[in-house]
Amino acid sequence: MRRSSAASKKKSDSVTTDLFRSGSSKEMDRIDHLFNQYANTSSNLIDPEGVEQLCSNLEVSHTDIRILMLAWKMKAEKQGYFTQEEWRRGLKALRADTINKLKKALPELEKEVRRQTNFADFYAYAFRYCLTEEKQKSIDIETICQLLDIVMGSTFRAQVDYFVEYLKIQNDYKVINMDQWMGFYRFCNEISFPDMTEYNPELAWPLVLDSFVEWISEKQA
Amino acid sequence: MASRQNPKPMTIDEGSVHIDPAVNKLKRILEGKPEPDFLPGEYIGNYTTIYNMCIQKPPHDQSQELYDKYGGIFEDYAKHTVLPSIMEKHDEYMLRELSRRWDINKIMVRWLSRFFFYLDRYFTVRRSLPSLTEVGMTSFRDHVYNNVHFNVKQVIIALVHKEREGQQIDRALLKNVLDLFVENGMGSIKRYEDDFEDFFLQESASYYSRRSSRWIQEDSCPEYMIKAEESLKKEKERVAHYLHSGTEPKLVDIVQTHLLVLVAKQLLEKENSGCSALLRDDKTDDLSRMYRLYHAIPKGLEPVAAAFRLHVTAEGNALIKQAEDAATSGSVEEQVLVRKIIDLHDKYMAYVMDCFQNDTLFHKALKEAFEIFCNKKVAGSSSAELLATFCDNLFRKAGNDKSNDDSTIESTIDNVVKLLDYISDKDLFVEFYRKKLARRLLFGRFNDDHERSILTKLKGQFGGQFTSKMEGMVTDMQLAKDHQTGFEEHIKNLPKGVDFTVTVLTTGFWPSYKTSDLNLPVEMVNCIESFKAYYAIKTNHKRLMWIYSLGTCNLTGRFDSKPIELIVSTYQAAVLCAFNNTDILTYQELLEQVNLSHEDLVRVLHSLSCAKYKFLNKQPASKTISKTDTFEFNSKFTDKMRRIKVCMRKFKKKKKEKTKLIMIVVKQVPLPPVDDRKKVVEDVDKDRRYAIDASLVRIMKSRKVLPHQQLVSECVEQLSRMFKPDIKMIKKRIEDLITRDYLERDTENPSTFKYVA
Repeated sequence: MRRSSAASKKKSDSVTTDLFRSGSSKEMDRIDHLFNQYANTSSNLIDPEGVEQLCSNLEVSHTDIRILMLAWKMKAEKQGYFTQEEWRRGLKALRADTINKLKKALPELEKEVRRQTNFADFYAYAFRYCLTEEKQKSIDIETICQLLDIVMGSTFRAQVDYFVEYLKIQNDYKVINMDQWMGFYRFCNEISFPDMTEYNPELAWPLVLDSFVEWISEKQA
Repeated sequence: MASRQNPKPMTIDEGSVHIDPAVNKLKRILEGKPEPDFLPGEYIGNYTTIYNMCIQKPPHDQSQELYDKYGGIFEDYAKHTVLPSIMEKHDEYMLRELSRRWDINKIMVRWLSRFFFYLDRYFTVRRSLPSLTEVGMTSFRDHVYNNVHFNVKQVIIALVHKEREGQQIDRALLKNVLDLFVENGMGSIKRYEDDFEDFFLQESASYYSRRSSRWIQEDSCPEYMIKAEESLKKEKERVAHYLHSGTEPKLVDIVQTHLLVLVAKQLLEKENSGCSALLRDDKTDDLSRMYRLYHAIPKGLEPVAAAFRLHVTAEGNALIKQAEDAATSGSVEEQVLVRKIIDLHDKYMAYVMDCFQNDTLFHKALKEAFEIFCNKKVAGSSSAELLATFCDNLFRKAGNDKSNDDSTIESTIDNVVKLLDYISDKDLFVEFYRKKLARRLLFGRFNDDHERSILTKLKGQFGGQFTSKMEGMVTDMQLAKDHQTGFEEHIKNLPKGVDFTVTVLTTGFWPSYKTSDLNLPVEMVNCIESFKAYYAIKTNHKRLMWIYSLGTCNLTGRFDSKPIELIVSTYQAAVLCAFNNTDILTYQELLEQVNLSHEDLVRVLHSLSCAKYKFLNKQPASKTISKTDTFEFNSKFTDKMRRIKVCMRKFKKKKKEKTKLIMIVVKQVPLPPVDDRKKVVEDVDKDRRYAIDASLVRIMKSRKVLPHQQLVSECVEQLSRMFKPDIKMIKKRIEDLITRDYLERDTENPSTFKYVA
């Protein structure tokens, strides 16, 4: 009797707000357990060191795009750190409660992210993820170049290479902001490369791309 | 029943016995044969006969028969008499005969219809038949006109051709004949058009086509135009004399087409005599003619206006090049250049008003031409700067040069305002002008009337915002005078110190000047303090900032041989006064005492010890100042002059400012560095950025959502009064505003922007 009432009490609990208790609580326990394997015990966060460890266990490099995708899935806010809540969110969504399951989930995750509907969101997320300071709105050229390589390198190799080269040579811009970042994404998707015949600098493209296109044209001439 | 008058009804044949002779008599009269006129009795008798025959009761009513007879008379006459008599003749004779026969017919109709009048009263009306007049006229048309008009037309056209070739013809005859054509249309102009006009127009077209081919080969453009004008005139005359008025527009159109439209390109571009040549050689009469001729043709003037624009642009460009070539050591002779441009403008504006009759197309062409070359740089100086310098020189010299009386100055000012309209960087002009105005005002080289006059005119043309700062400056000078008077009143009762004049400027109106923490000589400190006190009484909440770099001092140098008055800058005075107490000072000591920057101190010392006049002796006596030098008051200094003005040489690379030393008290050459052109341009650029930002925000605030291209074009439009914004700069400002969260890109449509409240 008592047991069943305890069981029913548990059920009624599950109807309440706590998202993470719904479904199998055993899964959540395992997720938490996994969390604790990487987390820093004093801060209760997975810090960069932990992330590195995680990466090595997953057998991916920590500059691999898949880690970024994992962060996206987790909706992680701070670069290099995962909170417990974020961890739970991500792994729950991936239905992974062990390292192996997580490793196996990565290809599926990648496919999901690369879907047209998700990629733009992921792309924007990648930018925001790199904003470390409170009121920061732009990212320095160096970081941008690395980020571009990670995020777009596999799909738009040529554009990324040229753009990175340009960014390194030019002097007008020391940082790139979100608008320019998104502009580049649109550029890759809408303008054929390297002929760029559809590009019209009188339209609303960010100025940095106007200069970029001009630079390429001069190079080609 | 028989009528009362005639017991027995009359048949048509019986009636004819009475009628026929009358008709024949009429014919003979009309043909001019000897025949006595109709007596009234005869006339009435004829009428009565017919009347009687008509009122006979049916079946004796002879109306129909009479009607047919009437028609028969005309038909018969036409076929057997009239037509042959015309056909047997040729050329002009034929025309005459036709004309004569036509007149005869008209009279015959009139007479006979009177005889047979009773038919018209009831018969024709009741039966809805053509009236007697109509019958008579129709008969002529059908039996005569229709058969002769073709030949007649040929004759007429041949005669016209003869006349065109210069021979005299009988115009009245042609008029009669052509009126005949019109009247035979019976109310419609169609017969005239089909039977004559169409052929005539065709013939005219080929005539003028041949003419123009010949003339265009043989004649120069002016000669051709004269002939064309003449032809048009003659053709219009022709219409007035003998053609139907409706032919005029069609004829004019044909002549114009063949003489002017089809050959337009060839004509206007004729080498050595075409449009450009005429402009080049100032052939105003020919150009006026060209305008008159092509004005009537739709779009005819466009090539002329284009040639005009090209020509003016070329002339303008030549002037610019000339000025560039003449500019030695990077200094442009803007007085000469601007004057020449003004003259060019006057000249071609006169063309537009006179030759081209104030036509808007040509106003536009002139404007476009000027806008092209007036915005070119000349040896690195923008036109805005040159114009500002021009004004500066104009107003400076105004006082001295008597040849520049007020009305000349006024008209030059008007011209300047006109030219400014063509310059797109108006804000740049304002900046340069403002800086030069400041110097003029501060050094007393200005005429209040002139200054106000140009500002009023600029305000009228470009709005109050354009001139607000400059007006403020001029007003400041007025107020400064008042202050000075007040101040002198104030210190009247205080112990006499040094004579001291202060000019108070309102910051914001004036260009910004460097201040320095100069240590003033003690004599001057008292003056400053007393003015400060006075000013504090007069106004509160206002802070005074002293700009010593702009001041001048008159010192008396007590040299051994004689005292000499020195006119120097405040900085120089400070340094010289340092020697009041000691004879020798080192550079370092001077530096400490006077508290100028190194750069300034070096310049001052240079002007006092290494330049033309050595008031100080320098150890070592080299040509440059170094920090280890020592200076000694040169009591041995003397000069034949009693008053010397000392300038400081500028070491920065700048434009001309002559450093001639002038002996007698005269024009004061300003001492602070002439404003760096680069700095002015930078300031203007900065202001432009703010202006663009403000404009963008204003537009987005009211529109809320706007596509990129529209935003850009509205922004350009708003700012066009002051300057032409660079598209790239606008884009950059938009991006900046996005970063600062004033705007955002629409997520659905990235080429549209939204205002962020």
